[in-house]
Amino acid sequence: MSRRAKLQIFRVIVFVLMGAFFLTPLIAMFEFSTRGNSETAPRTLEAWATIFQTPDMVDAITASLQLAAITSIAMLVLLLPTMVWVRLRLPGLNRIVEFICLLPLTVPAIALVVGLRPIYVWININLTDSILALAFAYVVLVLPYAYRSLDAGLAAIDIKTLSEAARSLGAGWLTVMWRVIVPNMSSAILNACLLSVALVLGEYTVANLLGFENLQVAIAYVGLVSAGTSVAVALASLVFAFLLLMVISFFGRRRTPSLTAAATDPQYLTAGQRT
Amino acid sequence: MSTTPTETRSRSGVEVRLEDLRKVYSGVTALDGLSLTIGQGELVALLGPSGCGKTTALRLVAGLEEANGGRVVIGGQDVTNLGANKRQIGMVFQAYSLFPHMTAAQNLEFGMQLHKVDVEERRRRALEMLDLVGLSPHANKYASQMSGGQQQRVALARALAIQPKVLLLDEPLSALDARVRARLRDEIRRVQLEVGITTLFVTHDQEEALAIADRVGVMNKGRIEQLGPPTAIYSRPATPFVAEFVGLTNRLSGNVRNGEVEVRGARLPLVKPDTADGPAIALIRPEAVSLASDGDASGGPLVGTVIAVSFLGATSRVTVDLGDVVVLAQMPTSQASDNPAGSRVRLTLRPDPVLIARDEKPAAEA
Repeated sequence: MSRRAKLQIFRVIVFVLMGAFFLTPLIAMFEFSTRGNSETAPRTLEAWATIFQTPDMVDAITASLQLAAITSIAMLVLLLPTMVWVRLRLPGLNRIVEFICLLPLTVPAIALVVGLRPIYVWININLTDSILALAFAYVVLVLPYAYRSLDAGLAAIDIKTLSEAARSLGAGWLTVMWRVIVPNMSSAILNACLLSVALVLGEYTVANLLGFENLQVAIAYVGLVSAGTSVAVALASLVFAFLLLMVISFFGRRRTPSLTAAATDPQYLTAGQRT
Repeated sequence: MSTTPTETRSRSGVEVRLEDLRKVYSGVTALDGLSLTIGQGELVALLGPSGCGKTTALRLVAGLEEANGGRVVIGGQDVTNLGANKRQIGMVFQAYSLFPHMTAAQNLEFGMQLHKVDVEERRRRALEMLDLVGLSPHANKYASQMSGGQQQRVALARALAIQPKVLLLDEPLSALDARVRARLRDEIRRVQLEVGITTLFVTHDQEEALAIADRVGVMNKGRIEQLGPPTAIYSRPATPFVAEFVGLTNRLSGNVRNGEVEVRGARLPLVKPDTADGPAIALIRPEAVSLASDGDASGGPLVGTVIAVSFLGATSRVTVDLGDVVVLAQMPTSQASDNPAGSRVRLTLRPDPVLIARDEKPAAEA
């Protein structure tokens, strides 16, 4: 057997093992959620049907989606211009910004909540009123992951030369950011958003401690009443998050310029052929 | 290559004045009162070693750095406090600076769009500029699909497309290989003359500066040591620094007396005849040293041994050991080939005006 064939078999084995590792719990969850009330009862989708009959669940899903969107946008608005500015104008602060952004990794959720409560009281935000209170906390939580992603994106382009070239051509800072830096970092920005969305959709501790009912909190509550429904919702939320990330990823990648499309721009094709 | 840039050809450049420019970075003086006037349509090259302040000067003209003192005047307008995006300058950078997500044509259109040029005119001018640099067939290519030389030519076209008042070139050739560099250097000069734009060119490559510029400013420690036409910079350097930075120089000990310097029996005129009498180091160009075989009656009084011959193409550089010093001589290759390494030769010092360095040790030669 050739070395290439052996390698191919090895790849297939690894793929199957990894697939089994990830899929087995999901299949088990599905199996559990479709069990009847007793050992002998037939399979039923009753637990799945009750998901959408629970009003709190729909509200929780909506809240989680809102949180994911707000967190991603707030993270980008806060982090991207800061990182670009620090790289261009204050490179000495790079380490400090990195340290601050990575700090939330070391702060336990309970410490974050205990710290946030008095701040919210001080600035007079009623925790039960606004979803923003939770979004702020999530922006802090996603900072380390988003920072890493954006940092890799910034390192991949010569941001200083590109921005100076754009400035010399007449671009203001907003134009530089929007038309030069962002398009060249679209993959990094997308990855930062994907990580943020994934983290927000799966977050339980902070939401629960701050008294919000997001998707994960709602799943936990349902689990107290009906184990089957709880597992069904958990599985549904996993599939939902997976599909959502796929959709975001798909649309995000579509923004990347297509070489073939531009290369056939008739305006310039004619010009090129003329000479 | 059929389009003629009639519009741009008819334009003439503006005068650019740098007045007593000062720039200090964290206590280190990068520019120490630099003053320079670039005439309309002139190409001035700032030449100097790393850290001499040449790039800082260019960035102050571009508005990419803020001066600590002095003024930048472009076309009679004081632009010292204007942002880079409001100065109407075109700039080509050392690093490749094309926007990677845009085609060559889109790169050119970017600046024009910001200057509110309408779509039709943008496209027409983008093609015209790409034509000017011979790259119109590459209009739809991205930077990643072009060679380094092509990218820099598109960057030049992009800078010119906005019809700037001044063109700034920040070592645009240094990332290219030698052949492309020489070709593009000539192309930059051709385009600059064709467009007639006032240009400031920064480089550390003396050959580049001497080949391309109307005038060369040799910079050292934040100041211009000498500003003049390339021939004057090379043949009549004003300071030892200029003499040694521009071209190779032999350093031979001698004695100044009555406006001449006596070097190993040869009496040579001085660039500065008022130099005080006394021991000195004479800075002598290799091409001012001629060489003949030991037995040749026309040979000079200095006898030495050839220790190396460097082939440079049409010319060769011969290294001769005189026993106590090593001297470089440059001559046509045909002449150099008569005296291979190991042969005994006689040297003559041509009586070109030489510059004197007094503050350096005579031991170090060439």
